[in-house]
Amino acid sequence: MANIIELKNINKIYGTVVKTQVLHDVSLNIETGSFNAIIGQSGSGKSTLLNILGTLDQPTSGEILINGIPTSKMKVPQLAALRNETLGFIFQFHYLLPEFTALENVLMPVRIKGEKVTPEVLKKAHDLMDLVGLSKVKNNLATQMSGGQQQRTAIARSLMNDPKIILADEPTGNLDSDTTEQVYELMRKINKTFNTTFLIITHDRKVAEKTDRIIEIKDGRIVLDVVKN
Amino acid sequence: MKVAFTIAKRFLTYSKGQTLAIMLGIAIGVSVQIFIGLLITGLQTGLIDKTVGNSAHIIVTQVDDEAFSVTQSGFKPVDDFTSISYAVDGALVVRVGDTSASALLRSADEGALAIYDYEEKLTAGRLPQTDDEVILGNLLAEELGVDVGDTVTLQTFTNETREVTVTGVFDLSVAAINERWMVGTPSGAQSLFGLGNNVTSIEIQVKDVFAADALALTLKDELRSGYSVVDWKSQNESLLSGLNGQSISSLMIQIFVLISVVLGIASVLAITVLQKSKQIGILKAMGINDTKASLIFLFQGLILGIFGALLGVALGVGLLVSFTTFARNPDGTALIPITFDVPFILFSAGVALVSAMVASLIPANRTRKLSPIEVIRNG
Ligand SMILES: Nc1ncnc2c1ncn2[C@@H]1O[C@H](COP(=O)(O)OP(=O)(O)OP(=O)(O)O)[C@@H](O)[C@H]1O
Ligand SMILES: [Mg+2]
Repeated sequence: MANIIELKNINKIYGTVVKTQVLHDVSLNIETGSFNAIIGQSGSGKSTLLNILGTLDQPTSGEILINGIPTSKMKVPQLAALRNETLGFIFQFHYLLPEFTALENVLMPVRIKGEKVTPEVLKKAHDLMDLVGLSKVKNNLATQMSGGQQQRTAIARSLMNDPKIILADEPTGNLDSDTTEQVYELMRKINKTFNTTFLIITHDRKVAEKTDRIIEIKDGRIVLDVVKN
Repeated sequence: MKVAFTIAKRFLTYSKGQTLAIMLGIAIGVSVQIFIGLLITGLQTGLIDKTVGNSAHIIVTQVDDEAFSVTQSGFKPVDDFTSISYAVDGALVVRVGDTSASALLRSADEGALAIYDYEEKLTAGRLPQTDDEVILGNLLAEELGVDVGDTVTLQTFTNETREVTVTGVFDLSVAAINERWMVGTPSGAQSLFGLGNNVTSIEIQVKDVFAADALALTLKDELRSGYSVVDWKSQNESLLSGLNGQSISSLMIQIFVLISVVLGIASVLAITVLQKSKQIGILKAMGINDTKASLIFLFQGLILGIFGALLGVALGVGLLVSFTTFARNPDGTALIPITFDVPFILFSAGVALVSAMVASLIPANRTRKLSPIEVIRNG
């Protein structure tokens, strides 16, 4: 199967005076439509890796190819379009726009794309809200929801533009085990239905166990990479 | 475009207090500008009107003050002249019984009626129609103790006399005139002073009062030699330089108000960028491009500018209306005649709008540089 993401010898060094190398020569291929977990201790470099993957951060050296195209060759507006249409982010800390309601937050990627909110689009947003179990609070402002509800809104938002890749940084970090279960079922379903590629950072071994592939990072190096059948 | 506008609008409505404060700031700037601008203009127009409204802007006489023939002088009316009076003036003594007073008999042709507006200024009676009818200034009438219908005797310095009837009394609001002027028909004055068809001066009002000096120069070139042409501007230089100083200080006030408005908007919007940097980071992570991201702040500037300017126009006009309503002369006329100069009002509003836009360029540019990772990392 084709690789949707390829990382080649990624190094990341923070700081100019005191240099800390967070990623050491990381190379990684992610197959289209695969469902992957990234695990590792706190501070091991998981978020850093994911942010570089998502073009939000730049590596100190190394190359990232998305759909076979090196991101270093892309101009700023192309990167923005890539983030809007190909990538969906779910951050470690839920990042909603506090000025907008949950539903409006979910619709935001469509608006950013410059598309009209047609009745179909609206229905899709409502369906996604139902899917993440937020039918009752969808018209609440982001600040008027619990942490878990905000997290689920962020999940719904990441799915809105049917991205090819979803990058999730501990998406269920704030959720109880039942809800965590539901969110994984949901992501699995999307993975199966739309062939969406998932890259999920998690601390939860149980969750990791249910994925197709577990990548473990330790001190900025990939120390374990198991693919299940 | 649309998404940037939607976000800009929401950012503004979300922090209502702050938005209102900025709008009010712009509005106060605009209203001060409109108020001061129009007040000063009104003041100046009023002053100029008082100075030149009911008087000649250009006066042509012979250098030796002798009477002259208009045709021989080479005088030709031009379009810039709105009123022309071929005036016949002469000093004389007025007698009624035992009382007498010195007076200036002036002629009232069509031009003089337009310039001095005698008809309007009559406090009693009517305008003179025949050669033995006159009207008098109210102070002169008082001095002589005459009223409409009385007969007075005019005696020139060459001892010509004539009995005339007083048909009216006028008040030109200038004591020196009201004390001395007496107005009759041109032919009456000419025959009394033995001038034939000659006149003693030509008095002219022009369309653009500020062009009077230039027009006077051209006129002087066209006249035969021996004539003197005097314009109101050269006779009121101190008034004009005073007005000029006033205009400059009014302009300075307006410029400083403008600068403070621009600085105010710029600093508030710069703070909003800081306040909203998290949101901008999220939007950028979701793939909003830099142009749209900076448009958010330009739109905020635009919206603030439009509403601020509208509010400012309303405030400024309201201030002026209440000023003209309450600041009145004892006789009920406005203390300072204010014209609601629409182009000026629109100009002030436009300037505020443009400065709000310019002020928002700084924060808009700053958003461009904001990287999403800083926000994502610093949670
Ligand atoms: N801007 C920065 N400057 C310097 N060091 C940084 C910076 N950002 C992250 N680090 C360091 O990089 C390392 C990896 O951080 P990262 O956020 O990727 O960890 P993580 O694996 O996601 O941890 P967690 O599970 O706690 O989220 C940490 O040691 C952290 O201190
Ligand atoms: Mg992390």
